[in-house]
Amino acid sequence: MYKYDEFDETFVSERVAQFREQVARRLSGDLSEDEFRPLRLMNGLYLQLHAYMLRVAIPYGMLSSAQMRKLAEVARTYDRGYAHFTTRQNIQFNWPKLEDTPDILEELASVEMHAIQTSGNCIRNVTADQYAGVDPEEIDDSRVWSELIRQWSSLHPEFTFLPRKFKIAVTGSPHDRTAVKFHDIGLIIKRGPDGEIGFEVLVGGGLGRTPMIGRTVRDFLPKQYLLSYLEAILRVYNQLGRRDNKYKARIKILVHETGIDALRDMVEAEWASVKEEGVDLPDAEVDRVRSYFSDPEYLTLPDHDHTFQVKQFEDPTFGRWVRANLAPHKVPGYVIANISLKPIGGAPGDATSAQMTAIADLADKYSLGEMRVAHEQNLVFADVKKSDAYALWKQLNEIQLGTPNLGLISDIIACPGLDYCSLANARSIPVAQRLQRRFADIKRQFDIGALTLNISGCINACGHHHAGHIGILGVDRRGEEYYQLTLGGSADENASIGKIVGPAFSGAEIVDAVELVVETYLKLRNSGEKFIETYRQLGETPFKNALFGEKQNAAA
Amino acid sequence: MPLLKEGQIVTDPWVRVEDDADISGETAVVVSLKRWLDEAETLKSRNAPVAVALSNDQSPSQLVDDLDSIDAVFLTFPAYTDGRAYSQARLLRQRYGFQGEIRATGNVLRDQYAFMQRCGFDAYDVAEGIDLAGWGRSAGAMSEVYQTATDDVQTIWAKRQGTAA
Repeated sequence: MYKYDEFDETFVSERVAQFREQVARRLSGDLSEDEFRPLRLMNGLYLQLHAYMLRVAIPYGMLSSAQMRKLAEVARTYDRGYAHFTTRQNIQFNWPKLEDTPDILEELASVEMHAIQTSGNCIRNVTADQYAGVDPEEIDDSRVWSELIRQWSSLHPEFTFLPRKFKIAVTGSPHDRTAVKFHDIGLIIKRGPDGEIGFEVLVGGGLGRTPMIGRTVRDFLPKQYLLSYLEAILRVYNQLGRRDNKYKARIKILVHETGIDALRDMVEAEWASVKEEGVDLPDAEVDRVRSYFSDPEYLTLPDHDHTFQVKQFEDPTFGRWVRANLAPHKVPGYVIANISLKPIGGAPGDATSAQMTAIADLADKYSLGEMRVAHEQNLVFADVKKSDAYALWKQLNEIQLGTPNLGLISDIIACPGLDYCSLANARSIPVAQRLQRRFADIKRQFDIGALTLNISGCINACGHHHAGHIGILGVDRRGEEYYQLTLGGSADENASIGKIVGPAFSGAEIVDAVELVVETYLKLRNSGEKFIETYRQLGETPFKNALFGEKQNAAA
Repeated sequence: MPLLKEGQIVTDPWVRVEDDADISGETAVVVSLKRWLDEAETLKSRNAPVAVALSNDQSPSQLVDDLDSIDAVFLTFPAYTDGRAYSQARLLRQRYGFQGEIRATGNVLRDQYAFMQRCGFDAYDVAEGIDLAGWGRSAGAMSEVYQTATDDVQTIWAKRQGTAA
C-alpha cells in the first residue's frame, strides 16, 4: 500500500500542529464556536448529541495492521473502547474530548493517518473498490488513482469552501462495489478504443433527501487528464452550485437544474483551458504512486486445496462462510475474505478495541499485514491462502467476527441514528438488531439469498436506504419514531433508487413489515431468482398488497 | 477597514464610488462591473488608478479585454464559507494573466489566508486590531502543498520529480 514520503509526513504533521493551535484558540475563547466550527469540521470533528465525534479518513479503505492497532489504541485510550466503520470507508470515534483531539491526530499521524476533509464542504475522503488489485475482473487498480486524488484534493486552495460536501468514488472493475453512481463524481475505469486506460466520468449522483443516479458527463477521459478534468468540474460547480439552500447545494441539483448537456458544455469548455495549465501530473509521479500498489510476492500455489474443500463438508458453517464471505482472487490458491462486522445483534460496523487488535494480528498472520474497509461497513482480507481460510475463520469466531452473512439480509448497512447523531429522527441500530434477530437463522438467510437491507435514521440517508433492495428510513411523526419502507434500490452497476411503499410503520411494526416483504418474495420468486430480480419483474404491487391489503391499496 | 498587503497594514488609497458618483478628480476609485462596462473609455482616460469590484456571480471573463487598463480587482467573501471568489481570483491571475492587485473583501479571516494567497489574492481587507503575527503563523502553517495553484510555491509533486514548478 501507499507509504508516506518526507513530504506527505511534513504535510500531515504540520496539519496536526495547525489544528492544535486552532483548538487552543477555541479553548482560550479567541475563537467563537461559530468561527471554530468549520475549522474543526475540516478536520473531521463533529459535535453530536452527547459528545464530539472524530471521523478519521481511511483513504480508499486501505489499512495496514499497524494502523489498525493504532486505531484500537485510540479507541482504548481516548474513547470508550470501540469505534464505528462508516459507509464511506472511514472510522468514527464517538466520545473523544475536544482537548484530546490534537493528541489523537498526532497519534494517527505517526501511522500515516489523518482526519483531513472527512467533513465540511470540501472534497471528502475518496473511496474505491475494496477488492482493488486482487479482483480477477479488474481493468486497473482504483487505489492508484484514488491516492492521486487524495493528494490533489488535500487542502486544495480553491475547493475548500464549496457549496456543499463533495464525494468522489473510483471503481476499476466492471462489477461495481463502490456505489459509484451515487457519488458527486463517479469514476469508472475502462479501456478506450485503442486499449488504453481511462475513465467514464459520472457527475451528480447522490443519496440524501433528493436521491439521484449520476449522469455520464464524459464517456472516455484518457487517464493523463484525470486531475485537470476534476478541476474543471469542481470549478464549474464552485461558481454555479446553489448556495441559497443547503438542501439544493449538491452538484446533483446543478445537474438537474442545468441539464447534463448544458453542464457538459460548461465543463468541457473549462477543461479545454485547464488542461493547458499544468494541473495534470507527469507520468513519473503516477508511476511512483503505482509502484506502491504493485503485487506482493505471491506464492505459486495449486488452485485446489484439499483441506479447504474437506473442511467445508466437515463444518457446514465454515462452508456457508466460504460461500457468502469469500470471493475469487486473481492469483491461484488465494481468496478474498470478507470479515462481517454484522454479528447478529451487534451494532453494524462497530468493532471493539480488542477485536481491532485481534484483526490486526490476523492480518499479519494471514493477509500480508493489510486489510480494507468496505462501504458496506465490513472488513476485507484481500490476500488469504485457501489453505489458511479455515484457520482464519476459526480465529475470527473467537472474536465473534466469523458470521457467514456477507450480502445476506443480516448484513445490514445502518447509520448511527438517534443513539448518537444530532440530525437523526429515529434510531437505526436497535431496528437493525431486531431485524438481525428475526432473521438470525442462517439457513433461512441462505434460502432468502442475496439481499441488501439498508437503514437510515433520517432523510440525509447516511445508511443508504434508497440504495438498498429493502430500505428503511426513520421519520419523526409527532415525536414518535416511524419507519418508511422503500423497495427496489440497488447500489451496484445497475443502480436504482428504491421506491417508497405506503405509509410508514411504527417501531413495533417495522420488523414484521420487512418479514412480510421477504415472505412475499419467497412465495413469488422463480427458482434461482434474487430478491431484486423478482422485484424488478413484478414491481411493487404484490408487496404493497401483502403489506396493506389489496383493498386499501386499490383505494389509495 | 485596515488593508493588509505583504504582511503589513498599509494605507488604503482606494475609494469605492457609487455608479452615479462624480469621479472627475484624481482619486483611485473602485467601480462596479456595470459602471466599468458602461463607461470604460471615460475611466481609461482618467489620470488616476481604477479598480473594478466583482460580485460573486460576475465572471472575470467580462474584463478580459480590459485588464491592462485596470489596476485592481476587488472580490468578495460574503461569508468565508462562500468560496466563489477563489475561483474568480484564479481565473484572473492564472488564465487571464492579470498583474494588478486582487483584493479580498468581506469576511476575510486568517484561517483562509494561505488559501487566498495560493489563489492569487495579494491584498486583504481585514478587521481592526488583527493579530499580525498570528496571521503570519497561519500563512506559514503548511509549508508543503500538493497541487499547483496560482502562486509560485514549488509543489510536492514538482519536488518529487526534481523539477521546478
